[in-house]
Amino acid sequence: MFDSGFYEKHRAPILFTVMAGLLILVGFIQSWGVSLTILNLCLISAIMALGVNIQWGYAGLFNVGVMGFAALGGLAGVLVSMPPVSEAWQAGGLGILSGLLITFGTVMACLLVWPRIKHINRWRYWIVFGIILSGYALLRVFFDPGVDAIESIDPSVTGYLGGLGLPILVAWPVGALFAAGVAFVIGKIALGLRSDYLAIATLGISEIIIFFIKNEEWLTRGVKNVNGLPRPVPYEVDLQQAVWFQDLAMSLGMPVDDASSIFVKLCYALLFMVVIAVLLWLSETALRSPWGRMMRSIRDNETAAAAMGKDVTWQHLRVFVLGSAVIGLAGAMLTTLDGQFTPVGYQPLRFTFLIWVMVIIGGSGNNWGAVLGGFFIWFFWIEAEPIGLWLIETLTTGMDPTSPIRAHLLEGAAHMRLMTVGIILLVALRYAPEGLIPERKRL
Amino acid sequence: MDVLNVITLLGNFLIVPGLTYGSQLALGALGVTLVYGVLRFSNFAHGETMAFGAMITILVTWLLQASEISIQPLPTALLAMPVGIAVTVLFTLGMDRLVYRYHRERKASPVIFLIVSIGVMFFMGGLIRFIIGPGDQIFFDGTRFILKAREFKETTGLNEGLSLKMTQAVTIVTAIVIVALLFWFLNHTRTGKSMRAYSDNENLALLSGINPNKVVLITWVLVAALATVAGTLYGLDKSFKPFVYMQLLLPIFASAIVGGVGNPLGAIAGGYIIAFSELILTFAYKRVVLYLAPEGTEIDSLVQFLGTDYKIAVSFIILVIVLIIRPTGLFRGKTL
Repeated sequence: MFDSGFYEKHRAPILFTVMAGLLILVGFIQSWGVSLTILNLCLISAIMALGVNIQWGYAGLFNVGVMGFAALGGLAGVLVSMPPVSEAWQAGGLGILSGLLITFGTVMACLLVWPRIKHINRWRYWIVFGIILSGYALLRVFFDPGVDAIESIDPSVTGYLGGLGLPILVAWPVGALFAAGVAFVIGKIALGLRSDYLAIATLGISEIIIFFIKNEEWLTRGVKNVNGLPRPVPYEVDLQQAVWFQDLAMSLGMPVDDASSIFVKLCYALLFMVVIAVLLWLSETALRSPWGRMMRSIRDNETAAAAMGKDVTWQHLRVFVLGSAVIGLAGAMLTTLDGQFTPVGYQPLRFTFLIWVMVIIGGSGNNWGAVLGGFFIWFFWIEAEPIGLWLIETLTTGMDPTSPIRAHLLEGAAHMRLMTVGIILLVALRYAPEGLIPERKRL
Repeated sequence: MDVLNVITLLGNFLIVPGLTYGSQLALGALGVTLVYGVLRFSNFAHGETMAFGAMITILVTWLLQASEISIQPLPTALLAMPVGIAVTVLFTLGMDRLVYRYHRERKASPVIFLIVSIGVMFFMGGLIRFIIGPGDQIFFDGTRFILKAREFKETTGLNEGLSLKMTQAVTIVTAIVIVALLFWFLNHTRTGKSMRAYSDNENLALLSGINPNKVVLITWVLVAALATVAGTLYGLDKSFKPFVYMQLLLPIFASAIVGGVGNPLGAIAGGYIIAFSELILTFAYKRVVLYLAPEGTEIDSLVQFLGTDYKIAVSFIILVIVLIIRPTGLFRGKTL
C-alpha cells in the first residue's frame, strides 16, 4: 500500500521522477527524438512558468501579457544574431534613425510638459494629445520613406534591417533586457490598477506588441518570418561528416542521421538545463531572503505591509520587471531552439493562458512547482493529441470504419487537448487549488 | 453634389459598417457587463460563449435548411436563434452549477473567478472545435442586399453608391430590439429590479429578502441569450470561425470598460465608440479629400491615420488608454 505520509514528505522528487518516467516512456513508444523535442520545450515552458510564478506566486500580480514578453525575447534573437543588411541601412537607415529621434523627442516633450500642465484640469489631456499627434505626423513624414526603402530591398530574402550578427547566446540576456524595459514602462502605468483590470490591460498590451511585430516589417520582416537564425550548437550536417561523430554513432549502434539529430537536441537540453538550474537557484535564494519575506507579506496583506513602511508600488514594479525579464529570456531561448522567428505563431492561448495553467497546476508560489507544472502541462499539451486519437480509435473500433461519426470524432481528436487542459485547470482549482507542489508554509 | 457624394461615401464605408460592428460589440459587452455587475468577475469565457451560441444556431440552421424551412428574404438563422439561445442557456447554467457555484459559495476572489473562467474558456474552445471544427462555416441565406450600390447610383445619379446588406440591417434592428427588451426587463420588472439591487449592494439586497440564487440564475440566462444573439449576428455578418471569437474578446472588454464596467448603457456606448474609432482611424480619406478639394488636386497618399492592419489594435490602444486615464469608464458612478 502506498504510504501517503511518504508522498507528502517527498512530493517534489516523486513527481519529477514520474515526469522523467513519462518522457522515457515516450522515448520507447514513439521515439527518442520526439521525447527530446518535448523535453526541450518543457524546459522552456518551465522557465516561462518560473517568470509568471515570480509575478503571481511571489507578489500576486496578475499578468496576462506573457505572450508579448516572450515575443520581445524572440525579437531579440533576430536583432542580435542575424547579419546586418547593409543595403537596407544605406537606403533607409537615416529615415529610421530620424524616426526614432522624433519618437524620443515626442515622449520627452510630453514628459517635460506634463508637470507644468498637470494643474489645468480641463485641457491637459488635449495638450498631450496634440503633442503626440504632431509628433506622429512628423514621424510619418520622415519614417515612411525610410521604411518603404528598406522593405523594397530584396523583399523575398531580406527587406529588413537585419541584426547585429552576434552569437545568438548574446540574445538571451538581451531578450530579458527587452522584456524588462517594456515591463518597466507597462508597470509604471498599469500596476496601479485592480487585479482584473491589470489582467485585461496586460492582455491588451501584449496584443499590441504582437501587432507591432507583425506589421513593422522593416524591423522584423513581419509575417514573412525570419528563418535560419544561427545556432549555439553544431549543425547536423557538420556532425554527420565529422569522423569522431561517425565513430561515436557506430559504437552506439545508431544510424548517423538519427544520432546527429539526437545529439543536437541533447546539446540544447543541456544548455537549457544550465539556465534553469541557475534561475531556480536564484529564485530559491531570493524567496528565502528578507526580500522574499517582504514580497510575501505584501502579497498576503498589502495594507499591513504598507503600514510597516514597505513601498508596495515600487516592490510590485520590481517584481513585475524581474518576472517579465525571465519570460523574455525564455522567449529568446525558444526562437533559438526553433531557429526561426514567426510572429504569427504568437497566440495568447498557447503563450499566455497555457503558461498560466502551468503555474496554477504546478503550485503558485513554489518555484519547483512552477517548473513541474511547465513539464506536465507541456507534455500533455503535446501528447493529448496522440492519446486522444488512440482513445477514440479504441472506443470506436466496433463502428463501421467508413461511418461519418467515426471520421468526425477522429478529426476532432486534435482539439481534445484544449478541452483536457480546461478540465485539468477546473478540477485543479476546485480540488487542489494549491497545485501539485504547494507553497511551503513558513512561520 | 460633392458634399452629397462625400456623405454617401462615408455612409457606405463608415456609418453603416460602424453601426453594424458597434451593435455586435455592444451586445457582447452587455453580457460581460452583466456578469461583472452581478457576479463580480471579468468573464474571459464570454467570447467562447458567443461562439457556442452561434454554433448551436448554425447546427439548427442547417437542419432547417435541410428540411427546406425558411423565412425568405430573412436569413434562416434568425429562426434557429431561439433554439440556440435555449441550448446555450442550459449549457451556461450547467457550467455555473458545476464550476462557478462552488467558488461563489466559498467567496473566492475575483482573480480566482477570472482564472476559473479561463479554464471554462479552454474547455468550451475545445468543445466547439470538436463539434463543428476549426474551419470557416457559412450559414447565411436569404436576400444578400437590401440596397445595392449600383441601384443607388442609378436612382440618385451620384458617383458614390450606398449599399445595405441584409445582415447589416438584421444586426442593427435585432440589436435595438434586444437592448430595448433588456432595459425594459431591468427597469420595469420585479426580477430585473432585484437584479439591479443585488448588483448595487449585495448585503442590502439579501437583507431585503432577494433570493441570490435566482438573481444569479437570471443573470446567466440573460448573458447566454445576449451572447448567442451577438455571436450569431457576428457570424452572419462576417463569418463563423471559432478562433475569431477569441479575438473578439478584447474589443468586447474594451467596449465594456470604456463605458464603465457594470453599466449597461456604458456598454452600448462603448461598443459604438470602439467600432467607430476603429473605422475612423483606419479609413482612407483620399476620395473624401478629392471631392472636397478644388478640381485638379492630386494626392499620392491614402490619407489614412493608421494602416488597415492596425484596425484591431485601435481597440486595444483605446482600452489601455482608458484603463490608465479613467479606469472607471466614461459613465462612472452608475451601475446596472
